Amino acid sequence: MKVLMLGWELPPHNSGGLGVACLGLAQALTRKGVNITFVLPRKINIQDPGFEVYFLDTDFEFENLKSAYTGLTGGVLKILMDDFPPDFVRGAMKFAEKIEKIAKLKNADVVHAHDWMTFPAGIVAQKKTKTPLIAHVHSTEIDRTGGNFPNPYVYAIEKEGLQLANKIIAVSNFTKNMIVDNYQIPPQKVAVVYNGIEKTSSQKLSPALAELKKMGYKIVLFLGRVTLQKGPEYFIKAAKRALEFNKKIIFVVVGDGDMMHFMIYEASRLGIADKMIFTGFLRGEEKDRIYQTADLYVMPSVSEPFGITTLEAIANNTPVLISKQSGVSEVLQNVLKVDFWDTEEMANKILSLVKYKSLGKVLRAESKKELVNINWHKSADECIKVYRSLV
Amino acid sequence: MSSICLYFHVHQPWRIKNYRIFDIGHDHDYFNDSSDTKLNNAKILRKVAEKSYLPANELFLRLLNRYKELKISYSITGVIIEQLMQYAPDVLESFIRLVDTGRVEILSETYYHSLAFFYSKKEFEKQVDLHSKIVKEIFGFTPKVFRNTELAYTNDLAIWAEDKGFIGIITEGWDNFLGWRSPNFVYKPVGAKSIKLLLKNYRLSDDMAFRFSERSWSQWPLTSEKYASWIHRINGNGEVVNLFMDYETFGEHQWKEHGIFEFLEKLPEEILKHPDNDFVTPSEACLKYPARDEIDVPGVVTWADTERDLSAWLGNAIQESALNFIYKLEKKILSSKDEKLIEDWRKMQTSDHFYYMCTKWFSDGDVHKYFNPYNSPYDAFISFMNAANDLKLRAKTRKLNIRNAKKLD
Repeated sequence: MKVLMLGWELPPHNSGGLGVACLGLAQALTRKGVNITFVLPRKINIQDPGFEVYFLDTDFEFENLKSAYTGLTGGVLKILMDDFPPDFVRGAMKFAEKIEKIAKLKNADVVHAHDWMTFPAGIVAQKKTKTPLIAHVHSTEIDRTGGNFPNPYVYAIEKEGLQLANKIIAVSNFTKNMIVDNYQIPPQKVAVVYNGIEKTSSQKLSPALAELKKMGYKIVLFLGRVTLQKGPEYFIKAAKRALEFNKKIIFVVVGDGDMMHFMIYEASRLGIADKMIFTGFLRGEEKDRIYQTADLYVMPSVSEPFGITTLEAIANNTPVLISKQSGVSEVLQNVLKVDFWDTEEMANKILSLVKYKSLGKVLRAESKKELVNINWHKSADECIKVYRSLV
Repeated sequence: MSSICLYFHVHQPWRIKNYRIFDIGHDHDYFNDSSDTKLNNAKILRKVAEKSYLPANELFLRLLNRYKELKISYSITGVIIEQLMQYAPDVLESFIRLVDTGRVEILSETYYHSLAFFYSKKEFEKQVDLHSKIVKEIFGFTPKVFRNTELAYTNDLAIWAEDKGFIGIITEGWDNFLGWRSPNFVYKPVGAKSIKLLLKNYRLSDDMAFRFSERSWSQWPLTSEKYASWIHRINGNGEVVNLFMDYETFGEHQWKEHGIFEFLEKLPEEILKHPDNDFVTPSEACLKYPARDEIDVPGVVTWADTERDLSAWLGNAIQESALNFIYKLEKKILSSKDEKLIEDWRKMQTSDHFYYMCTKWFSDGDVHKYFNPYNSPYDAFISFMNAANDLKLRAKTRKLNIRNAKKLD
C-alpha cells in the first residue's frame, strides 16, 4: 500500500497537536508496512522519522504560515487574527501548485491530506493521478474560531476538500458531528479515527516550582495555545472563583497566543495576578516537568477536536479536568469533565481535587490504565481499514 | 421435595444532588434535587413505581389469590419506605395489602441499607432496630430472618444474628465457599448453634434477573415452562431453591415489553405442575429443613459483580476515604443529639453512594454505568464529600452552640 501523505508541519517544527499527530500516525502506519511519502510544503530540518519525507520548494515563508495557522504561536509574527488568513490561503494554494510532479512520480494508491491547508494540494493530486483522496480533519475553522466569524476563504476550502474527498477521517465523533452539521457531509462518508500517544509514561523529573510546592501551594495547569479555541478565559474565571475559596493554589499558564495580553490584563483586573504564572511556550523535557509538577491539568477548550495534551498530562501522572466539548472526552472515562462555560463547576472540581487527596490518586492510577488502549497502533489499523475501503 | 423460596429486595437510596464545595455551610438539603436528571429522587421513585412496583404488586396480589400455595417475601429498606410515604403512598398501600394476605414475609435488615456492620457494630444494631420498628409500624410484622445490605455476609454476622434471636440469615450461594456443595440446601453457619443459612441460587436467580431479555443468550427466549423445568430437575438433589433478586427486575430491569410480567404470571402454575414442588418463605425454609452441612465464610461475600466481594463499594481509594470519613463522624454526630443531623448522616451511609464511586467499569462494566445516576464515579465522590463536609460543619457548629448556651447558664 502506497500512500501520498500531505502535511503542514512535523515536530520539532510544530506549533501544536497537528504535527505530533501526523508523525505518530505516519510512523505507526510505516511499522505496519504502509509505504508513506510524506510531503511538506517546504524544507525544514527534522530528524529521520522512519518514513520518506519530501519537501516542496514553495517560496513561502513557512514561519508565517505556521503562525497563521496556529493563532500566532511562538510570537514570530504579531499579526492580528483578521490579517492572517489570506497569507495562509495563499500558502495552501502554493502547495497545490507544486504537488503535481511528486504525485505523478509516486503514483500512490491513496492521497491522505491532513487539514485544510493541504486540501487544495490533495484535490490536485486526486484529479491529476486519479487517486482516491482522504481528507483527515484534525480541526475545523468552526473549532478554531469558536464559531464566531469563521474565515470565509478557509471555510470554503475546507468545504470543497470535504466534498471532493472520497472519504473523510475525523479525529473524534465530536469532529465528525461538526463536519456533518456545518459542512453538509453525509455521516456515512466520515470515519472516526482517534489519535494515540507514543509515550504512555515519562521519566520522572525533578519538579518545577519546588519552593511554592514546599510552601503548600497546589499547582493547577493550563497548557496550550492561548487563543479563544482553547478557552483560557474560562480557566482564569475558574481560577478567580477557586481562589475566593482557597488561596493556596497557583495557576500556571503554559503557551502563547493572541489572547496573552488579555490574560495578563484579566489576571490583574481580577486581582489574582500574584496567583498566576505565565511561562510562555515549553517543549520536551520542560513540558514534561511542568506536567509532573501540576496537581491538576485543565483543558477548558471551547471546541477541541481531540486534545492530545490530555494524554500527555496523563502520561506524566497528572490528573486531568477536561471540557466535555472535546474529542478526547469520548475515549477517557477516568478524568474530570465539565462544560467549558460552567466555570462554577470547574472551580468546584479544582477545589475538590485539591481538598480530597484520594481523588487525585484514583484519577492518576485509573486514567493511566486507559492510556494503554489509546495508541497509534490502533489508529493506524483504523486508517488502513479506510484505505482498504477505497482501493 | 423442592421448595421454592422467592425473595425480592425493594430499595431506593436518597441520592445526593450535585453538591458543590461552595454549598458547604449554606445548603443542608442534600437529597432534594429537582432537576430532570437521575438524581431527582421523587421523579425516579414515581418512574420505578409506575414501571415496576405497582404492576408487580398488583400481579403478585392476583397470583396469591389464585394460588393458595404461593408464598413470597420482601426486604424493604427504611429509606424506600420513607420515600414511598412521601412520593408514592399508593405503592406502600399495595405492599401492606400483600403482607395482609398472611403469605408474604418481610425480612430484617438495616434501615439505611448501609455497610455499618463493617464499621460500627453499635450503629449497625441501631439501624436494624430502626428497621424492625418501622416494619412493625407499617406492616404489623416482626421479621425473623436477617439479610444484610448487598447480602454482605461473614461468619461473625451469623453469630450476631443468632444472638439477636433470628432463626435464619441469607447470603449469596457462592462457589468459593460452597465448593462441590449445592446452594439448594439449608446450612448452618460455622460456630453457630441453631441459626440457619439460606443461600441464593445465583444461576437460576440471574437467569430471571439479568439474562431474561438478553437475545444473545442461548436460552432466550425464557418461558415459564422452560424455567420451571430447570427447577424440576433439582428435585432429588436439593430441598430449597432460593431465588433472590431486586424487585425492580420486574418492569424496570426487565421490561414489560419483553414479557417479564407474562413470564411471572404463568410461573407459579408451571412450578406447581410438579406435585413435589411448593413455595416457602425464608422463615418456613429454616423451620422445615434441617441444616445439611456447615458453611465457613471467614472473609466477606456479597451478591455483587463477578468478585462477590465488597470491591464494588470499597474497591478504590475514593470509596475507602468516603466511607472512613462518614464513619469517623459517628461520635460527633451522635453527641449532637440533633435528630435531623443524625438522620442525614445515616442517609449518607446508604451503600449506593459508595457504589456510584466504583471505578471498575471496564471489566464489570455496564451494570455499574447503568445504575449510576452521576456522570462519573468522580462526580459522585465530589458531591458526597462536599455534603459530608457540610455535615461535619453542622456537627461542629452545633457543639459550639451547645457550649455557648452552657456558658450563658
